[in-house]
Amino acid sequence: MAAHETVFNPDDRYNAFLTVCRKAPHSDGKLAGIAVAVKDNISTQGIETTCASKILKGYIPPYDAHVVDLLKQSGAAIAGKTNMDEFGMGTTTENSAFGPTLNPCDTTRVPGGSSGGSAAAIAAGMVRMALGTDTGGSIRCPAAFCGIVGLKPTYGRVSRYGLIAYANSLEQIGPMAGTVSDVSLLMQVIAGYDRRDSTSYNKPYTHTPNPDIKGLTIGIPQEYFGAGVDPRVAEVTKRAIFRLEELGATALPCSIPSMEYALAAYYVTCTSEASSNLARFDGVRYGPAADTKKSWHDAYREVRRAGFGAEVRRRIMLGTFALSSGYYGKYYAKAQIARENVKKDFARIFSEVDVIAGPTMPTIAFKLGEKSDPLSMYLADILTVPVNLANIPAISVPCGKVDGMPVGLQIMGKPFEDERVVDVAFAYEQVAA
Amino acid sequence: MVTENDVRDIAELADIGINTEELGPFTDQFNAILDYFDVLDRVQGEGSVIRDLSNVMREDVIELSLPQEEVLKNAAFQEDGFIRAPRVM
Repeated sequence: MAAHETVFNPDDRYNAFLTVCRKAPHSDGKLAGIAVAVKDNISTQGIETTCASKILKGYIPPYDAHVVDLLKQSGAAIAGKTNMDEFGMGTTTENSAFGPTLNPCDTTRVPGGSSGGSAAAIAAGMVRMALGTDTGGSIRCPAAFCGIVGLKPTYGRVSRYGLIAYANSLEQIGPMAGTVSDVSLLMQVIAGYDRRDSTSYNKPYTHTPNPDIKGLTIGIPQEYFGAGVDPRVAEVTKRAIFRLEELGATALPCSIPSMEYALAAYYVTCTSEASSNLARFDGVRYGPAADTKKSWHDAYREVRRAGFGAEVRRRIMLGTFALSSGYYGKYYAKAQIARENVKKDFARIFSEVDVIAGPTMPTIAFKLGEKSDPLSMYLADILTVPVNLANIPAISVPCGKVDGMPVGLQIMGKPFEDERVVDVAFAYEQVAA
Repeated sequence: MVTENDVRDIAELADIGINTEELGPFTDQFNAILDYFDVLDRVQGEGSVIRDLSNVMREDVIELSLPQEEVLKNAAFQEDGFIRAPRVM
């Protein structure tokens, strides 16, 4: 299958890559010879995969994730593995055990996260496209901060087989690229049914972007333009939505009252799932070795304390607490009700409009080190997490600048209408260019 | 409010390993985050309802899987085709 070879020698001054594949074999196909970067939480046979964690240092997956299989079948050359917040836990890529990625637009700022390495590699021109994963905004946030395009597909549209799980009910693998057309092209390759992911849905993506949005209705939720959102970011986003109206769309005000609880519901849910998923990292089957002479609690604690960074340990403990007897009803059970309310709010709004639009992030990219307190970092995810709770598709497309830094326009769609959010982003991109 | 003792207990449950100097900062951060989570006390509504979803099963038959040596490759300690783990007792 590997009939050709791509030589890949990026000038990675941004620490976007954890592993670079300087000689990448590839076959013929839709992506023949295109260098595609892969986030380091997606398994690549024979290529170290660490989730940017010391606890997986040296781990060489014996198999490919389904999406990597598909990339290879389509002729793509796997260019390397990109930096990220450890296990996807973060909004800046500063939580990588192997040093932060810098934002190519301004190296004193973060690229966003957790797929910050993928976004930076594209923004710096090192690769044309990359795979990211989005649990609570991890594709859309770095896309917005670095001025590129990123799609969080509808849950179930892209197989998670071979994705090292953090929060299964929320996360999806998705395409990132410099243009909407390339995002759409990469989505064509990675979407589709896979029996090895029991949440996989048989809905291939064969779409080519169409910029005609005449008659489209766009819901504008007041919560996306209110408290906590930088007024300059809100203004740039409103102007972008006005451009869509000039193209024949109609903007209608709407409200997502459940947003009040969405962030708490998200963090209770993802930490709970993480506390279970990350129990497997104990130094026995992979990663730095546990001391087999010690008793298993002692050996595991030693390995996990040395191997996990502070944010990962914090989230495992928060999740353990939220699921513990006596607190389950107060946290996890309530979070699931709140999640259902978010889904209902979206369903109600989507009975009246085709898509919903707002800013991707409430601010431009932070300075490195600016968000030192965990809660203030969590609050930055407020505009991206509702999409994951509702399992709907959303895309971030660059829509202007504030202080010289990119701002992302977020288009959210009905379940399995990924094609529609791609079209709206494409329509905007055509007039903005 | 959680105390340093609570955080120590949680760390023990999660096998996360924590030392005394870390207890204070983790406890403060926990309390700030849990305060924020209190917003969930006001949530009204019903739990999630399963709609149009069904469990995905397959027949219980042996399928091709990874060869044993591939599976063992990443384990630090192996013995007779098995992975050696820490002592249970």
